[in-house]
Amino acid sequence: MTKTNTVEEIVSQPYKYGFITDIETEKIPKGLNEDVIRLISDKKKEPKFLLKFRLRAYEQWLKMKEPDWSGLTYSKVDYEELVYYAAPKQNIKKQSLDEVDPKLLETFDKLGIPLGEQKRLTNVAVDAVFDSVSIATTYKEKLAEHGVIFCSISEAISEHPDLIEKYLGTVVPINDNFFAALNSAVFSDGSFVYIPKGVECPMELSSYFRINSGDTGQFERTLIIAEEYSSVSYLEGCTAPMFDTNTLHAAVVELVALDNASIKYSTVQNWYAGNEEGIGGIYNFVTKRGECRGKKSKISWSQVETGSAITWKYPSCVLLGDNSIGEFYSIALTNNFQKADTGTKMIHIGKNTKSKIVSKGISAGQSKNSYRGLVSISPNAEGSRNYSQCDSMLIGDKASANTYPYIQSKQPQSNIEHEASTCRISEDQLFYLQSRGIDFEESVSMLISGFCSDVFNELPMEFASEADKLLALKLEGSVG
Amino acid sequence: MISSTSKTILSIKDLHASVEDQHILHGVNLLVNEGEIHAIMGRNGSGKSTLSKVIAGHPSYKILSGSIHFKGTNILELAPEERARIGIFLGFQYPVEIPGVSNLEFLRVATNSRRKELLKSELDTFEFEDLVKERLKIVEMDPAFLERSVNEGFSGGEKKRNEILQMALLEPTISILDETDSGLDIDALRIVASGINKLSKPSSATILITHYQRLLNEITPDFVHIMADGKIIKTGDKDLAIDLEKTGYDFIDKNSKDREMAK
Repeated sequence: MTKTNTVEEIVSQPYKYGFITDIETEKIPKGLNEDVIRLISDKKKEPKFLLKFRLRAYEQWLKMKEPDWSGLTYSKVDYEELVYYAAPKQNIKKQSLDEVDPKLLETFDKLGIPLGEQKRLTNVAVDAVFDSVSIATTYKEKLAEHGVIFCSISEAISEHPDLIEKYLGTVVPINDNFFAALNSAVFSDGSFVYIPKGVECPMELSSYFRINSGDTGQFERTLIIAEEYSSVSYLEGCTAPMFDTNTLHAAVVELVALDNASIKYSTVQNWYAGNEEGIGGIYNFVTKRGECRGKKSKISWSQVETGSAITWKYPSCVLLGDNSIGEFYSIALTNNFQKADTGTKMIHIGKNTKSKIVSKGISAGQSKNSYRGLVSISPNAEGSRNYSQCDSMLIGDKASANTYPYIQSKQPQSNIEHEASTCRISEDQLFYLQSRGIDFEESVSMLISGFCSDVFNELPMEFASEADKLLALKLEGSVG
Repeated sequence: MISSTSKTILSIKDLHASVEDQHILHGVNLLVNEGEIHAIMGRNGSGKSTLSKVIAGHPSYKILSGSIHFKGTNILELAPEERARIGIFLGFQYPVEIPGVSNLEFLRVATNSRRKELLKSELDTFEFEDLVKERLKIVEMDPAFLERSVNEGFSGGEKKRNEILQMALLEPTISILDETDSGLDIDALRIVASGINKLSKPSSATILITHYQRLLNEITPDFVHIMADGKIIKTGDKDLAIDLEKTGYDFIDKNSKDREMAK
């Protein structure tokens, strides 16, 4: 057995979240047309403006073509075969957790996200989304004391329609791209966060997305608004059972940061990636964008991407406000036949805006892992600066890693730096650790963790260990 | 000095090894007993470093024939980490840098894996910090080095001190120190040498691999071996090293010529 094979074995641990919860589900008939959209809107008892929003998006979507520019090859989704709304029966939002189906609570327990009063995570409020609906949100009352709104987007639509109408679709317009248009037409649930002026959110906020049905597309929608001088740290996690068909996940996330506000958005993505032959797995086609509208505002994306058959996403920052800051920290681990095309766009519009990109790609098996990013500096963005660092690590000799940095600068008084590197797990480093008594597996984990440490350091404390665990799951062996 | 009751720690018999299809070791024989200090000297390419890596189990080196026993157990089938845990330590000539991995955490994990083997309790972060602070004194090292990544940005001397710190923490039965003296100025050499002296115990043994006599002024060896062409061609006491310093390696060439002639 060669060394490389053993490293590959370590990164090929079985998916541990692949179970299916046996629960009665209410689904609407498959296929997409205006009636389906009306039905979704009706089921969610939405105000008129939202139905209009959906229908306009649908109209746009019909005119759009599924993109193919990235060079990702995949069997195309048959949009008539998808179910656009699925919810566990008795889906009326429960007042207390006691009324939630124990099977659902058990599911989230199994996923390591206990929702019950005694067991729930301390200092982290969780919104748990199962297929198309939010099951429960913890710590709502405590957050309300500070004026923080944290609830499912469905609830926000009925309770805070003014905020939704004001902000929804303003960062990612309904016709932004094919998948964003589809999402705008049929989005089911997701999370909503509103941090009032001057409030530092007292705890971490977290949404946990779980796809359970095999033929249901997941179209969640997340909207986070940070008013002047406020700050919030938010994390999303996701898993799905193992099916041999591909499930579409086309989310839209919009962030708005006003003057001096700061939003930190972290993702730990572990959707089912398909089996070793590349059968099944989630198509993760996501549009995430944040707007630093206010001066001195800051948006920071950090992501740990380990799952999905295909990941296609570029969490971006539009730096409108003068002196605003955008950051992107990413770890993408791909194995077997996984493909990831991910990166960011930093659009500098305001003066003295700063952005920083740190991307770490690890590819094993026959996977493809690409960083694709755009740094754009507009004529008015004088004094703007960008720093990008893209490192790739290859495991085995069949995986590939690519870096596509696009740089457009129309402002001579700006500064752009880009560094890129590709490496393999070095035999000498591995031997050094082993010769000190550290297991082969643990040594590999340590080296990969070390490779990723710049990004781990950016994750919220509460979740750094979760992300580390996730990598360790894929890599087995505990990581220090 | 060496009584017949001394226990053997390391026994190497007729060892042949290769790397990348290049035959490097041509029949090495070596016996190391408890309490002994051995020095292995020789020119570049004589096989000294290969011997040390083979003992530690580097995967690139292939054993063609011969045996290595540690305290009576054949170790050729053991993984490097297993060899380390039973008490074999290799101090590297060029310790690698491992960016992003905290030196402190690395030292703790390594120490605990050795302690586990010795049936000692594993140390938590706080207990370990106490231990490491105490051991730092042996090599006169600044605690700031614990906070950095393993060997990253360390000077040559700092890397070597970090090696001896690891030796102090792992408390090996046999330490093979590969050119620990190279690249050290005279002060650093004294610190490292005194560290090695402080750490030697009657129940352990040390193999010093070196080019130069100067380390042997600080640490007195019981045996000096000269290696050439992948073999130990001469063994003597500390005076051999002094002779070698005077006459250089020329006599080796003479020796090998003689051997050629004999053939």
